[in-house]
Amino acid sequence: MSILVDQNTRLLVQGITGREGTFHTQQMKAYGTNVVAGVTPGRGGLTHEGVPVFNTVAEAVRQTGANASVIYVPAAFAADAIMEAADAGIPLVVCITEGIPVLDMVRVMAFLKDRSTRLIGPNCPGVISPGKCKVGIMPGQIHREGGVGVVSRSGTLTYEAVWQITEMGLGQSTCIGIGGDPIVGTNFVDALKLFEQDDQTEAVVIIGEIGGTAEEEAARFVKEHMSKPVIGFVAGRTAPPGRRMGHAGAIISGGRGTAAEKFAAMREAGIHVVESPAEIGKTVAAVLK
Amino acid sequence: MKIHEYQAKDLLKRYGVTVPRGQVVDTPEAARQAAEQIGGRVVVKAQIHAGGRGKAGGVKLAHSPQEAFALAQKMLGMTLVTHQTGPEGRQVRKLLIEEALNIKQELYLGIVIDRAIAAPVFMASAAGGMDIEEVAAKTPEAILKEPVHPALGFQAYQARRLAFGLGLPSELVGKAARFMMALAQAFIDLDASLAEINPFLVTEEGELYALDAKINFDDNALFRHKDYAELRDLHEEEPLEIEASKYNLNYIKLDGDIGCMVNGAGLAMATMDIIKLAGSEPANFLDVGGAANAERVEHAFRILLSDPNVKAVLINIFGGIVRCDIVAQGVIEAAKKIGVSVPMVVRLEGTNAEKARQMLDRSGLQLVSATSMQDAAEKVVRLARGR
Repeated sequence: MSILVDQNTRLLVQGITGREGTFHTQQMKAYGTNVVAGVTPGRGGLTHEGVPVFNTVAEAVRQTGANASVIYVPAAFAADAIMEAADAGIPLVVCITEGIPVLDMVRVMAFLKDRSTRLIGPNCPGVISPGKCKVGIMPGQIHREGGVGVVSRSGTLTYEAVWQITEMGLGQSTCIGIGGDPIVGTNFVDALKLFEQDDQTEAVVIIGEIGGTAEEEAARFVKEHMSKPVIGFVAGRTAPPGRRMGHAGAIISGGRGTAAEKFAAMREAGIHVVESPAEIGKTVAAVLK
Repeated sequence: MKIHEYQAKDLLKRYGVTVPRGQVVDTPEAARQAAEQIGGRVVVKAQIHAGGRGKAGGVKLAHSPQEAFALAQKMLGMTLVTHQTGPEGRQVRKLLIEEALNIKQELYLGIVIDRAIAAPVFMASAAGGMDIEEVAAKTPEAILKEPVHPALGFQAYQARRLAFGLGLPSELVGKAARFMMALAQAFIDLDASLAEINPFLVTEEGELYALDAKINFDDNALFRHKDYAELRDLHEEEPLEIEASKYNLNYIKLDGDIGCMVNGAGLAMATMDIIKLAGSEPANFLDVGGAANAERVEHAFRILLSDPNVKAVLINIFGGIVRCDIVAQGVIEAAKKIGVSVPMVVRLEGTNAEKARQMLDRSGLQLVSATSMQDAAEKVVRLARGR
């Protein structure tokens, strides 16, 4: 089945006429994603990359029946874009934008609380169900349809893991980049719940990194609720404390959020821990044998 | 982004947080004059972007303007090493001269973003003046917490609850609550990622003060606070990191000898990790980002090679949106312009990787190509050791 996105996804692109929006609309369409609408305020009525453009998300949904949205608008306007999509009742919103102020995300999360919208990201590569639908910025050609679910806080490190899995002759059910910010809409536990229930998924790879406690929470969930094997890696064992390692969320503060703590929690939960980022694919293959 | 104590106090004062009377100075003579104006005993405090100054000798009491002069003479220009500065320490260039107060009690106040509730959380503790992280680790129950509402902010009843919880006498609770409300408002308005008052002081006279103050700004919010540029102190930053920030490159200098250039923060961290697993240490974290064009790569490369500790370089690019051939072009141009004296290992995978490999092969540069992360790490560590 795969999760979140598939051949029934009718995608809306927020910020479709921008440089990023334009390029990735082309790429997603080339992959086979059904892009049904775009939104750029003030550009309604246009057709861009063969896609009708609307002024508001509500109008786009009314006219096209879009059921998912991907956001490429600049950081200063991204929080507003997420709320507009949620207000229009879109069930899945994927926010690619990096650099949204954390207090904006605090308000967004409060806004989403009594709405049914699921947010993926921000500061993430998006979601792909190989062979069915790509929503985001990941290179489609490294993926292959199969039984491994991948969930990660990173972008390119996810591509690395996916490529290793593909090279082993295996494939992926769905790959989710949950984002590198301290506050994200969907966390590891949310993704694990979906993978556990998905019949296409046979095993799940979690790629964490330093900062926060999302990996520890994931480990607890795996121990108590997962019947499928889980493979885990944590990036940043060499990261110095107190420094933000590129991602806003990747920071060891007050001695907490270290890779060592996260590896230990994963191991304790029975997760197949991968010490080296070069051995993710091999470990998945060994676990699935 | 970090700022100095005196800057944090200036900002907090505008919101109604009471701070000791003080002046910031950069000469011993100015310190003497400031002490004279303030009158009585003063505290001379070194201004560096790191905690633990007191223990390291960066905070001293002066009983007279002359003593303030002498202390300033000693402290200005000295290198202060605290548990947060690393062994190289930080040079003291500015001092805050403040009135000395009659300390009755030292408490703690702080606001951070709590990822679990996706909102700021206001923390208070009677264990002030100490390292709060130690308190949190050993006696977490000694820290009182109140969530800050995402839209409505921090409420007076929450402040009172914290004030009573700290054991403050009833006649001080109202004053303490106003103090806390001011801190919470400052946190929100300033787009802070951390605001901390430690110690939060109760004097013998029943007055409340922020004896020390620390504010970190959310880097993502700097675009809407253009005035923060004036608060930046370049002396507190690593010169190579300042250079990198001009080109919006994410560069962090580390102590090892393998320079790395990677696209994406997660892959950059993983590359550092695999260097360590292969038996060496990374010289830096460097994410060239999603928009790695030839020019950016060239700047990145130049910065990376300016670190004299670098004995070999590992370039690890997973081309997705970034095309490997563009990166290769940047590497070739940069290497030709600046001349590379250390061995380089290049691992390119993903979009246009084959084309990129051909470009590098034809470039005439001394490059070692690698096929996987493992292969790349082993090769670069071996080359750094001269084998």
